[in-house]
Amino acid sequence: MSEPRHRLMGYVREEIMPHRFCSGCGCGTVLNAFTNAVEGIDLDPGRMVCVSGIGCSSWIPSPYFKSDTLHTTHGRPIAFATGVKMMRPDLTVVVIAGDGDVAGIGGNHLIHAARRNIDLSVFMVNNMIYGMTGGQVAPTTPAGVKTTTTPHRNVEPPFRVADLVVAAGAGYVARWTTYHAFPLMESMQNAMTRKGFSFIEIISQCPENYGRRIGLRRAIDFLKMFKEKAIRIEKTRDMSEEELKDRIIIGRLCDRDRPEFADEMHKLTAEQVAGLKASKEAAG
Amino acid sequence: MALDDNKRQYLSRLEGKTYFILGDEACAYGALFAGLDFFAGYPITPASEIAELIASELPKAGGISIQMEDELASMAAIVGASWTGARTMTATSGPGFSLMQENIGYAIMTESPCVVVDVQRSGPSTGQATKPAQGDVLQARWGTHGDHNIIALAPNSVQECFDLVLECFDLADIYRTPVILLMDGEVGHIRESVVMPQVSSIEHASRKIAARSAEVFGGEELVPGMIHYGQGQNVHVTGSTHLANGMRDVTTPHVHDVLIKRIYDKIDKNREKIVRVETDLDDKKKARVGVISYGASARPARGAVRAARAKGKSVDFLRLVTIWPFARTQVADFAKDLDIILVPEMNLGQLSREVERFVSGEVVSVPRIGGIPHTVDEIYDAVMEVVR
Repeated sequence: MSEPRHRLMGYVREEIMPHRFCSGCGCGTVLNAFTNAVEGIDLDPGRMVCVSGIGCSSWIPSPYFKSDTLHTTHGRPIAFATGVKMMRPDLTVVVIAGDGDVAGIGGNHLIHAARRNIDLSVFMVNNMIYGMTGGQVAPTTPAGVKTTTTPHRNVEPPFRVADLVVAAGAGYVARWTTYHAFPLMESMQNAMTRKGFSFIEIISQCPENYGRRIGLRRAIDFLKMFKEKAIRIEKTRDMSEEELKDRIIIGRLCDRDRPEFADEMHKLTAEQVAGLKASKEAAG
Repeated sequence: MALDDNKRQYLSRLEGKTYFILGDEACAYGALFAGLDFFAGYPITPASEIAELIASELPKAGGISIQMEDELASMAAIVGASWTGARTMTATSGPGFSLMQENIGYAIMTESPCVVVDVQRSGPSTGQATKPAQGDVLQARWGTHGDHNIIALAPNSVQECFDLVLECFDLADIYRTPVILLMDGEVGHIRESVVMPQVSSIEHASRKIAARSAEVFGGEELVPGMIHYGQGQNVHVTGSTHLANGMRDVTTPHVHDVLIKRIYDKIDKNREKIVRVETDLDDKKKARVGVISYGASARPARGAVRAARAKGKSVDFLRLVTIWPFARTQVADFAKDLDIILVPEMNLGQLSREVERFVSGEVVSVPRIGGIPHTVDEIYDAVMEVVR
């Protein structure tokens, strides 16, 4: 008897399944939320381009999600995606990559894409560590944590990446965790259907290379922690920085309409073409 | 590749005209005649005039020109745009060219057609920012890591900045590879006349299109066809070692071997089709001394050869239009009866090493650094020292 086929199997490259994520990895949840999000809004994968960088979560679109895919150099997926979007603004361009990729080595591209408000959906899977390379400290690793490159302890404060992207000017910014799979899915739908730069920071678990260093060996331990630490942004209005120190603020951090970069550039081009045509006609 | 109406409308104002412009500007106009769709760049001396002119003119031709946050992003953006079917270009100088190297490697590995203009300036590092040099000749060849081949052309006049950038776009499409226009601050910043061609006289090469996404990165041909994004073909593009269908396989030795040798061979085995040189042989055909040069250095070099001939000396001259792949057969043929070959270049001797590999005579480097081009006299003196 053949195994029942998952209803979303058509959205992944079935021929290369099973996937290679470690047991308990949060990337499976993100892939699940993403495929559900695409199906839920009837987005045609044939009209999508998924761009990723280097790292575990970059494998979510490349190779697993079945659409046109650009698996780029480390840290640069947003810059590559910018080129795609500028020439094909009609396609839905999604970047899925990790915290090390998007906020570490590629941080410059992140803030500039947010500033331009280019119509990309960037889903940054934040596992707070360089997982693929074996558990080195990331710009998102909490202070005090011992990693392979901070064997005594990490003395650096972590980046609050979603807050950074709000400040840089993105249209839509949200933060969720892998515990919040359903609101994450809805947030992804929101990101992919609205115009402008959309950024979702997805706090995720890496039991293998992060959990082992902080005493959380099982995915369920992470999910319980995410559940306990998570607090809806609406509830934080009157809370102090101190009270929010160890909390994960979830929800929609911003949602605002700003001029979109590809639109503005194509408008400019259309004006210039029309201007040239008018001047030619005037000249007879 | 046929030019669309917007491009034709724009170019109709220019065709057949003669402009007195900078080499950088000629490069920008050449790109427009090539049907440039998308440009991404970052300001840098002495290449900024290319980005400035393109930013002004490309929108009038219906294209998009953007300034990115750095050169890494510029290179990345033109590769991303290339996969939508666009003709794409960036322009920079040494420091930016260094930053682009990783993504040039990505373009080579993913076989993404695009044009990279490097208006070479004096380095290393910030060096003499406003001064010309030819110090990136070997970087153009070996700047990105791993085994690969590259195509690089070096213009020696403003007209050639125009002509060669056109050729770069065709080579990029024909061989599905990044192509480098290796200008220098000298040709970039001199003003000369440029004759703009008739649009109808230009035959733009087209990219080959693959029948199936399973063959986008392999198959029988040295250069497989592409499938551009947005066709519902689920094209998988990766800088990791991959199979013909684009899927990663980073552990099987045979897969890497087949992929890298094909990417290498598509340029190596078409060397004779790609390479162009210009020779100026002494009428008396008895020369024992020859001069090989390229780019801006070829101008005083040619002057020196003529001056030596005027003094009754027999000297042959060869100018490399194509720098990479190296014109090994043309150089070997040129040098077969020569005892001494002088190689003037604006560096401490980079391409002279390559010349040495393919000739039996003595190779004498005539270096020049410091941001000032060779004078005719100094090359003339070097020639007269060795000529009988």
